[in-house]
Amino acid sequence: MTLLRLEPRGEASRAMVYATPLLAVALTLASGFLLFWAMGFDPVKALHAFFIAPLLSLRGLGELAVKATPLVLCAIGLAIGFRANVWNIGAEGQLTLGAITGGGLALAFYGEGGWWLLPLMIVAGMAGGALWAAIPAFLRVRFNASEILTSLMLNYVALHLLNYLMHGPYRDPDGFAFPESRLFEADAVLPLLVAGTRVHLGSLFALLAVAAGWFLMARTFIGFQIKVIGLTPTAAGYAGFNQKKIIWLTLLLSGALAGLAGLGEVAGPIGQMNPTISPGYGYTAIIVAFLGRLHPVGILLAGFLMALSFIGGEAAQIALGLPKAITGVFQGMLLFFLLATDVLIRYRVRFGAKGIVGRAAA
Amino acid sequence: MSAELALIGPILAAMLAAATPLLFAALGELVVEKSGVLNLGVEGMMLVGAVCGFAVAVQTGSSTLGFVAGAAAGAGMAALFGVLTLLLLANQVATGLALTLFGVGLSALIGQGFVGIPIADVPELYIPGLTDLPVIGKALFGQDALVYLALAAVPAVHWFLYATRKGLILRAVGENHAAAHALGYKVIRIRFLAVLFGGAMSGMAGAFLSLDYTPMWAEGISSGRGWIALALVVFATWKPGRVLLGAWLFGGVTIAQLHVQGLGIDIPSQLLSMLPYLATVVVLVVISRDVARIRLNAPASLGKVFHPDA
Amino acid sequence: MGKALMGLATGAAMLALGVGAADAQEKMKVGFVYVGPISDHGYSYQHDQGRLAVEKELGDKVTTTFVENVPEGADAERVIEQLASSGHKLIFTTSFGFMNPTLKVAQRHPDVKFEHATGYKRSANVATYSARFYEARTVIGQIAGKMTKSNIIGYIGSFPIPEVVSGINAFTIAMREVNPKAEVRVVWVNSWYDPGKEAEAAKALIDQGADVISLHTDSPAAIQVAQERGLWVFGQSSDMTRFGPKAHLTAIVDDWREYYVNRVKAALDGSWKSQDTWGGFKDHMLFLAPYNPALPADVVAAAEKTRTDIMEGKRHSFQGPVKDQSGKVVIAEGKQATDEQILKMDWYVEGVQGKVPK
Repeated sequence: MTLLRLEPRGEASRAMVYATPLLAVALTLASGFLLFWAMGFDPVKALHAFFIAPLLSLRGLGELAVKATPLVLCAIGLAIGFRANVWNIGAEGQLTLGAITGGGLALAFYGEGGWWLLPLMIVAGMAGGALWAAIPAFLRVRFNASEILTSLMLNYVALHLLNYLMHGPYRDPDGFAFPESRLFEADAVLPLLVAGTRVHLGSLFALLAVAAGWFLMARTFIGFQIKVIGLTPTAAGYAGFNQKKIIWLTLLLSGALAGLAGLGEVAGPIGQMNPTISPGYGYTAIIVAFLGRLHPVGILLAGFLMALSFIGGEAAQIALGLPKAITGVFQGMLLFFLLATDVLIRYRVRFGAKGIVGRAAA
Repeated sequence: MSAELALIGPILAAMLAAATPLLFAALGELVVEKSGVLNLGVEGMMLVGAVCGFAVAVQTGSSTLGFVAGAAAGAGMAALFGVLTLLLLANQVATGLALTLFGVGLSALIGQGFVGIPIADVPELYIPGLTDLPVIGKALFGQDALVYLALAAVPAVHWFLYATRKGLILRAVGENHAAAHALGYKVIRIRFLAVLFGGAMSGMAGAFLSLDYTPMWAEGISSGRGWIALALVVFATWKPGRVLLGAWLFGGVTIAQLHVQGLGIDIPSQLLSMLPYLATVVVLVVISRDVARIRLNAPASLGKVFHPDA
Repeated sequence: MGKALMGLATGAAMLALGVGAADAQEKMKVGFVYVGPISDHGYSYQHDQGRLAVEKELGDKVTTTFVENVPEGADAERVIEQLASSGHKLIFTTSFGFMNPTLKVAQRHPDVKFEHATGYKRSANVATYSARFYEARTVIGQIAGKMTKSNIIGYIGSFPIPEVVSGINAFTIAMREVNPKAEVRVVWVNSWYDPGKEAEAAKALIDQGADVISLHTDSPAAIQVAQERGLWVFGQSSDMTRFGPKAHLTAIVDDWREYYVNRVKAALDGSWKSQDTWGGFKDHMLFLAPYNPALPADVVAAAEKTRTDIMEGKRHSFQGPVKDQSGKVVIAEGKQATDEQILKMDWYVEGVQGKVPK
């Protein structure tokens, strides 16, 4: 600790904002090289399979977008809440509810659909997610109950609710009592954007969310309030900002976006209701939000990077027989490097004993 | 009805055991959070603790050594977290979540050679007379030693935090790290030690699972208990005694719903499975209504980055 | 790595020449998609044993690839697609939730053959297969009926799907035949693999008086509990004796080896066609693990007779009259349940406590 120390920069280094991700990637590649080599795999081939191969085909790029879509949608909403110190970690449950409400409509109007069904499902999906997020919002505002805990607990409740529905009202009447619904009809499925891929309308929504999120935070008074409350709650109080309103707003917003993500999964690539809609998108989105430094554009990039690491892991398993477990370790390393190198943006690394200057500044 | 009444003892006994891993992990995280650090990597540390504890127990034949190894492995994971968040000032929430992702993969990797191997579990306590007491004997006096260790940790942590000078310093660091630093306390060192303690406790929680509760290694053996432990800390409003209540409540409802099913009471099992989570929320709401008390207990610097020169 | 090289070489050769004329003895690539880790020592592990049997027997003609831990959501289609478009000519998708993704990919790759386990939708290049697990449950139900003293049998269920429900029913029918007083208590853990919860469920059932435990979940946790408490238990998916040598009476073991080898052979010699296979004891799709030496000789003899009777078609697991819980006869005297009745089963027979969650 004494040999290496960090000295704060006067202001965040612009150069480092762009240099640190590259540094992190370089470190990941280097340590990935060692990891794969130590495990007895050809490191060059493994890294190629992980990071390059998925990007070489239109289908691969499409899959990247499909995988990044729910991550980005959830993370945009979460990040806005995090900026206001509203710790919603219930995106997984809100996503599930969006699928339940929106997908439920597809089943309710099975055989009677029309052009109106899909827009209705989208609204219902967002409403379902928002409704699920309204519970922690209400409990926080009314009873002061921590939204961290309530939103987390509701994730489990939502999963069991989905399970219950899949074994009862939602299951396909001709499906041999298996917990899957009918396949959605064409009227209830999100249109594809790029032929030959699975990229669907939801990806466009994710891009819209990025733009809208940026606009909200950078250009509106509400965004300003959110930032002030997050940075200095007391000052926000003096300024007369309504903290309760912001709690409601951020939770409903992030819930609605997560609900949209859930609907996008069932009305998009899955095309039906089943008990395993999300492999933990709601949790991964929290990492994506922070990796993107809570900034909409950063989140977009982080979403793609996370998606690539998942898809690359599968590709490496297929091409080289790399065990799934190594994928997790490798993903963890990638994230650690990204998070660790962030420090260089606001601090300089200095070698040698602690200077007197540093002390005085404190 | 007497058949149902006779179930109270076994339900209590099962509840105590089910609460044990939650207690270990939540008490550890409580100390971490009291020092002002939020480590969301409990699940990952638990898994690595579980697999390392199991591996050492298989290699050495000693579950005690296994348990120690589990604690050490958990502390090792926590050290990684500490270096990233305390020395390199990385975001705590994201680092904690990444730690879980990493731990899930790492434990699966280490565990590849240890799947399907049975080991003997830790023997249960037997005190002649006491253990044979009707209804409560088995529950109170017939558990595994680790169950009592977890119970003993509750007053121990409470005593450390509220009755010792070191505990006072730790809380001061969590309340206001700038002031603690100005007073000459080594904020980073204290937090690092707290993080290591939390990791060791999570590691023990994992080792309890793989050595005692279900003596085996299986990928993802903790099945989300790390998350529940995290929730219990908030639930307990950072009070060790309430962690115990929360763990019992959660464990108790979990066990009770299985009994309700076994007795053939007609409620869909998926709805019953929601009960532990709903019960936790309801109780949290009840105790959270007193705003002032919550404010008093929550560490004010929780999750905030500290740099001595900032 | 060899596989990757081979894949690259194949791809290059196909692009350059259209056919790999220089290497006529090209090995066929066979893919496997698993829902769990191959280290689960249960469901996915048994499928992987099938894959290894293929490697062993036909290793000079085929290479195999597997992807484990594949979630049953949007990811499944991508994984299957990746296998299909990377030159795999026969792909086994081994979990029910892969059904629609398999069909979608199969439509895009008419030249690739698919085998989907436990599903009911087929097409020209998608075959389905499953095992009649309930046959084995008849045998263990009979053993349970004879071994219980408390007349309470605990049954740990994963999810209330027909495969599990028909297993509970087959078990109960055989149990009541030898012991009309015995009853089955079911606890659903809503998970296929959660050792902690399975152990808790086993303890709860034992505390309620059960002295024999049967499970339809994949971990050996309940075996350990039964061993500790000195009671009886049946294993699931694979032989779990080593987790409780005293308690483990026998286990229902899935066995995909013969089927996988045969289907790969058929794909190699061109005789493969889409079909539905629902195999039981006689097709070697399942067998019973060695009986516990503590089982009395007459119980073993009776169990073996039941097993061979089922194998030879002399006995059916759902032989009428079969009554549901309300006492209504659902399968009439002299009749047997049809395959469709078994595949759609969502009701309990007499002797099971509680209701099927719906």
